[in-house]
Order: sequence, then C-alpha cells, then structure tokens
Amino acid sequence: MPYIPHTEDERQAMLEVIGARSVDDLFAGIPPALRPTTDELSDSAAPAERPTTFDLPPAMSEFAVRRKLHTLAEKNATHLVSFVGGGFYDHFIPAAVDALANRTEFVTAYTPYQPEMSQGILQAMYEYQSALCRLTGMEVANASLYDGGTALYEAMMMAIRVTRRPKIIIDGCVSPIYRRMMDCYTTNLDIELITVEPREGRTDRQELERLLDDRTAAVMLQNPNFFGIVDDFTDLVNAAHGAGALAVASVYPVSLGILKTPGEMGFDIVTGEGQSLGLPLSFGGPYLGFMTCLKKHVRKMPGRIIGATRDGEERRGFVMTLQAREQHIRRQKATSNICSNEALCAVRAVIYLSLIGKRGLASVARMCAAKAAYARRRLTAIDGVEALCDAPTFNEFALSLPVENAAEVVNELIEKNIAAGFPLGRYYPDLQNVLLIAVTEKRTKEEIGLLAEALEAAL
Amino acid sequence: MKLIFEKGVPGRPGTSLPEPELPLDLDIPAELLRQTEAELPEVSELDVVRHFTQLSRRNFGVDCGFYPLGSCTMKYNPKLGDEVSTYEGFRELHPLLPQLRIGGMLTQGALQVIHELERLLCEITGMAAFTMQPLAGAHGELTGVMLIAAYHRAAGGGKTKIIVPDSAHGTNPASAAIGGFQVVPVPSDRNGFMDLDAFRKALDDQVAAVMLTCPNTLGLFNPHIKDIADLTHKAGGLMYYDGANLNAILGKCRPGDIGFDVVHLNLHKTFATPHGGGGPGAGPVGVRSELVDFLPTSLVEKRGDGTYVLRYDKKNSIGYVAPFYGNFGVLVRAYAYVLALGRAGLIKAAEHAVLNANYVLARLRDHFDVPYDGLCMHECVLSAERQTRNDVHATDIAKALIDRGFHPPTVYFPLIVKEALMIEPTETESKDTLDAFCDAMIEIAELTETDPEALRRAPVSTPVSRLDEYAAARELDLASH
Repeated sequence: MPYIPHTEDERQAMLEVIGARSVDDLFAGIPPALRPTTDELSDSAAPAERPTTFDLPPAMSEFAVRRKLHTLAEKNATHLVSFVGGGFYDHFIPAAVDALANRTEFVTAYTPYQPEMSQGILQAMYEYQSALCRLTGMEVANASLYDGGTALYEAMMMAIRVTRRPKIIIDGCVSPIYRRMMDCYTTNLDIELITVEPREGRTDRQELERLLDDRTAAVMLQNPNFFGIVDDFTDLVNAAHGAGALAVASVYPVSLGILKTPGEMGFDIVTGEGQSLGLPLSFGGPYLGFMTCLKKHVRKMPGRIIGATRDGEERRGFVMTLQAREQHIRRQKATSNICSNEALCAVRAVIYLSLIGKRGLASVARMCAAKAAYARRRLTAIDGVEALCDAPTFNEFALSLPVENAAEVVNELIEKNIAAGFPLGRYYPDLQNVLLIAVTEKRTKEEIGLLAEALEAAL
Repeated sequence: MKLIFEKGVPGRPGTSLPEPELPLDLDIPAELLRQTEAELPEVSELDVVRHFTQLSRRNFGVDCGFYPLGSCTMKYNPKLGDEVSTYEGFRELHPLLPQLRIGGMLTQGALQVIHELERLLCEITGMAAFTMQPLAGAHGELTGVMLIAAYHRAAGGGKTKIIVPDSAHGTNPASAAIGGFQVVPVPSDRNGFMDLDAFRKALDDQVAAVMLTCPNTLGLFNPHIKDIADLTHKAGGLMYYDGANLNAILGKCRPGDIGFDVVHLNLHKTFATPHGGGGPGAGPVGVRSELVDFLPTSLVEKRGDGTYVLRYDKKNSIGYVAPFYGNFGVLVRAYAYVLALGRAGLIKAAEHAVLNANYVLARLRDHFDVPYDGLCMHECVLSAERQTRNDVHATDIAKALIDRGFHPPTVYFPLIVKEALMIEPTETESKDTLDAFCDAMIEIAELTETDPEALRRAPVSTPVSRLDEYAAARELDLASH
C-alpha cells in the first residue's frame, strides 16, 4: 500500500498536461545504463547490460505488518524488573505526555522555517529552552541536539571555538559510552583528548589540575558521575577558569530537582541526556541532547535557537534566531553541521516538566534518591557486598560483589526476571566484579526486596 | 498567548506521581543540593493539556494540509508507523540490555528489526552494509566523512580535501569541514549540474571524496554522474551520496550501481517517518564492501542458527558515533513502511513523486521563471525573479500561500537560484490538492501585477503576522528566567 491517491484517469490527465506519454518518460534523464531492469520499465538498453536488482519483498497489508511487528516486539524482554541505568533510566511518564506530544500538528511538521504557521512548536521550544535554563541554572539553551553524547561532543567543539585551544581534559568518571564517542569524533581532528583515570569511582582532582595548562580548551565533568556519585565541582571549575579554559558539565536532568546546579558551580557549558524527562527508553532512541550555556558564548553555540520577538502589531511571537551560525547560511564555516534535531523530544520534555512541575520534579528526585539509598542499605547488608566508595550517590550506585565477574551474577538473576544492574567490566577492566545499580521512582520496596533476596541467594 | 510559566499559581498541584513508600529524607549533604528550587510551572494537568493543545492548534503539519517543502520530502506519514513504534516490547526496552552477558537473547526482536531493515536498505541502494547509528541526515554525513577518513588512513594516504558542488545542502560542506577536511566548492554549469571542467581542475590526489546529491537540489539527475564517479575513483577519491533525494529514484537507479561508495539516507524523508517539528530523524549510512570494516560499533549480525547478535569486536571500526543502535523508534517506523509498500510500492512512490513534481512544474511554468527548465525529478525549482519587478519576493509568495492554507515551498534555496521557490509535492498528494495549490500560486502571480501590496501584507490569517527577526537577533530573548 503506497498511500498514493492517483487513479488511472488522473495519471493520464496529468501526463497530458506535462506533455509526456508515460510515467516512464519522466525518468529519461537517468542514463539507461544506470537503470535496473524492473518490470515497470521498458527502455531500450539491453537488459543484460543493466543492473537487475531491487529484490525486495512484496507489499504487506497494515494488518500483516502490525502482526509481524507485534510478534517481534514480544520477543524482547520488557517484563524484567529493571535496575539497569548507566545514564538511561526507567522513569514514570504521565499519560498526558503522550497525549499532547502525539498531537499530529507537532508530529507531522518540520523545522519551523515559516514562523507564522509554526508558533505552536516555536513557543514550545522557547518554553523548553526556558525550562532547561531554570533547571541547570544557566542563561541560554538551544532547541536540542541528538543525544547526551553528541551534545558533549558539540560542547567540546564549542569550547575549542571559544578558546582557540586544542586540548581537552575529560574525567574518566564521565560515561564511558560518551567517552568512546569522543574518541571516535576526534580521530581525524587536531584535538588532544586526555582522559583522567578515576580513583575508586571518583574524579582524580590532583591529576586533573596537574594537566590544566594554557593549551587546555575545556575540562569535561559529569554529575552525578557514571558511578552515581554526587559531587560539587566548583573547585575544578575555578581551576579551569584560572587556566583560561572552559568547564563543561554533563548532567542528569532529573537529579537537578534537588542537586546543586552546574550554574551554581560556575560551569560555562552544560549538556546532558534528556531521556529521563518523559521519553521512553525505546532501545536507545530517539533521545534528547540538551545544551545550555552562558549568554556570552551563545554565538558559538551549535543548533537551532529560538528567540522571542514581536510582529507589526506588537504581538509576541517566536522565531529561529542567530541563524547565521548555522549550516544552511554559513555552510563550511557553521558552528555545527546539525540540521534535523530532536524537536519532538524537546516538546515531550517541556510537557513532562510542566506536568510534574516545580514540586513534582523535586519529589521525583527525592523518591529516586530515597529508594536508591534504601536499596543501597539493603544490598550492602549482604555479606561481602560493598559500595565501591562511600561517597554520596543520587539514584545509582556501584557495588563490588564477592565474585570474580559481576556479569555472571546478572545472568543468574535474569532467570528470576530481575535485571540486577549493569556490570562494569566491559568498560572498566579492573572493575570486573562491580555492578552499577539504578533505582527510579518506579521501583517499589517489594521489588528492591526481591533484588536483595535474589542477590544474596546468588552469592 | 501566555507562556506556561505565566500560568498557574504557587502551590497548585500537578500530575499524579508514583507512591513514595519511604520517607523522602536525603542522605546527600546539604552543600551538594541546589539552593533554590527550579522555577518550573505550578499548573494542573488540565492547564498543561489546554496549553499544549492550544499550541498545537498554532502549528501546521502534513496532516493539516499540503506541505511542499522542497528537499524535505514531507510525504504522508502512515499511522501504522506510529502504532508499531509504541508496542511495549520496543518502547520499554533498555538499550543496555543486550550488553548483559546473555542479553543478546533478551532483545532478539529488536535486533531482528535492525538487521532486516539493514538488509532492505542495502538492496534499495546497492550497498554492502549499513550502520543504523546516525541520528539524523547530517549526522550520517559526518559519519560518512569519518568513514572516508578512516578508509584513506588505512590506505596510507592522508587526503585533505572534499569536493562539494555549490548547489549542495549546507550540511554537506559543514559535515566535511567539522570532519576535518578542507571543503572545495565547485560551481554549477548553465544546466544546473556541477561544472565538469571546474570539477576536473579541482580533482587531485588530495581529494578524499566528492559529496553529491543525485538528483541534485534543483531536482535534476546529472547525466554525467557515472563519469564523475569514474574520474573520482581514478584520482583515488571516494563518492559520497547524500540520500536526501532518494525518493526520486527508488527502483529506478541505485547509488551503488552508479559507483557511490558511501550513502546516507534520511529515513524521515524517503521512508515516511514523521519529522516531529524538526526531528527526530534517522540517517543510516551504507557503504560498499571495501569500507564495511570501518563501520561504527556495534553491528547486528545474524548467526547460523537464526539468532541475532551485536558485534563489538571489529578492530578497524571508527567506534561509536551514537551511544547505541540509532533512533530505534524511527527505525521501527521505517521498517514498517518498507514492509507495507513492498517492492512495487516503493517504485510507485518514486514514479508518483516525479509525476506530481512535473505536473506542478507544467502548470506553473508560464507564471514563474524556471531557471533550469526541462523535465524534473521529484521536485522543481521556480524563481520569483519576474515578480520582483513589482517588488514581490519569494518570501511574499510564501506568506500569501500561508493565508491560502498551504505550507510554502522552500524559499531562497538552492542558493544558486535567485528568489528560489523549491517545490516538492511528494507522491502522497492527490491531483485535487496539486490543482488547488497551483491555482493559488497562479492567483498570487496575478496579484503581483494587480495588488502587490496585499502580498506584502500577508499573512493575515495567522495568530501573528510577520515577525521582526532583526529584533529577535538584537535583543536575544532566548528564555524566560
């Protein structure tokens, strides 16, 4: 079903207006040698000289496609009680988020190039930018980037543009997934990317400060860090500024319901993954990269930015602004190549933040922290189970288990329908016995109890 | 209209939250907590529902009406795609689940979707393998540029330049530049194609790749495309295919058969996933066999026993361009779309996209300038240069279309056409709709002669009239604090 409305009569009438004999004539511009021998074609080049492929299955009805996809969806284990996080969390999503974000006027629009007929999405984006500024304690925000990892990459590039320096210092407590992305993006560039190895799950402050010099563009830190540990980086931000470098944070937005903001710590650029703000896990995407920064850096910022203005009758309206930074104007001199972003995910985020509101976000953050603290107490009460370090954590914590490999314990617990956490050996080879456990407001005391019992039994 | 922050009252309860079950005292020391609460709205669920419903009514999507935004392929997005992407087994699936030791077995359905979509895209484009990781078209371009860099590095040659025609999307030169290459722009000839002589002069052994859209942004298929590919390969460069315009040639011609080495596709264009007001999209990248080893981590493979596995151990991989497997929710929709259309449906899509564009061109040819006239592919580019004699510009025509219930075409792009109006009707629009649009365009062309002032006043039917973009850039009111 190609969703094409034409009847044979209409096709003929249209061809007549065009002055063509057949639809096939319209493809005369493609050299015959490049055209495959599909049965819809009847040009003169000998079939043997042409490619013969486009070997695709026949059409299926909507009913059949839905049945097939439903069967495939059912093959995925979403029934597990999950304590897996690692930067991507199973938070509660109010029903109204879907109802509103799925409004077809938002879903089927594109980038608001025509502001008069796109005030809905433009105002929603302005509100999103406002909410993110308030949440992170920063001055300006852009209208979204792809995900938390690419947002961190964009922040790195932005810091290099601002400082005109080539060196980046990244804390090893930043998500290892994001750090691998940074490795990938810098391979072909003249950027010196230096990782400071963590010490027992915490930032090695001495080493980081030692590496700071007049070639350093930015220091990149994460709060809470990958091990769930909450920190105050004010000292390191000051040290970075002392060396003339910028400080870049990657943060978990739900935690900012209660935690000290990157704005309060003095960061210049703040990025993060917005999935926790009303987006389903959806096997890794679509997610939401966000970026906020100090206003003095806004002209070096990547991506769309929405600004408020007025029409001729002094009515407030919203437009994409500072477009001279962007690829469609500046081409190879643009601040980034980004065009499509994650607009609808940003709309979801601002709807989510509006629904749960000022008190609600603090409550969600407190619930996460309280339930995680309870889980941490229950689990560390098990013989041989210890916290990786005793620093304060938010909703995630790393436990060292009295086994060689935490992954084997995870395997065992999956049999009991529990996804116990994320084993860290894959990213930190010397932490093979460490398990990273995340607890959101959705987990119940009973589920935490089941985890504790199952883990104890498995050890 | 008020901002959501300007609504509500302090203390008004919002939506329902899960049961806390435990005292909400914090173990976290006070110095690690924020000093003041984040000033988020204090509104009821109904306040929020009314606010965003009202906002949605001030927005225009494909479902509201004709949206011939050139280069963006605003075709109808079948509701089937939305439906399947919300199945719990997809929607609730944690991306780290396959990385748990026996986890590959916990996500077999999702891995199968990725693998089968990859095989379908390979067949559609004539490439050997695809990565699903890139999260948008431009992200695919950057991924492609990094693959090209890795390929040349492995071959021992440090090539430094990428050739991009001046008719290209802005993302092409931007992606090449941020990927670490020097961009060499090549002008277009009088037929709208990359000037062959200028191209030959620009082509040397430092050229890593040539980035092309085919058909190009004028909606024209370059008759010399095979020669360009051959010359590029002879000089040691690779051919990059910007798949933004693939909708025009489905089943008619495959980038791989032309000689392209790297291809990105915009699933939100050709494969009908909704554009979401600017995103999310998806920009999978396909490569010929010589580049497969460099594809990002991870890749889904099908094992002999019919199960699927994620491979992380490809030692020549460029690494991670995205945290996981791409915008999976978008991939599921595109997969459903390809299954629903099937082989014949995809070919029909291209045929009717081209039929519709040529029909619009034929109906409007006498009323607007056509700088590169002839048959077009999936889109046609007109110019409002004639109308400027009455001080009516492409913008005025666009705004007048808004009052007539249509989303305007892309204006002022491609940059090589003055006063450009780039019209891409797509295949899902009926003759009635195209006729109504063409009638409106002709009426506007006539008004240019009789009442140009009316056009300069447009739009008058929208919640706001033309907005002061200079004031926006000057005052930089970017957030409500």
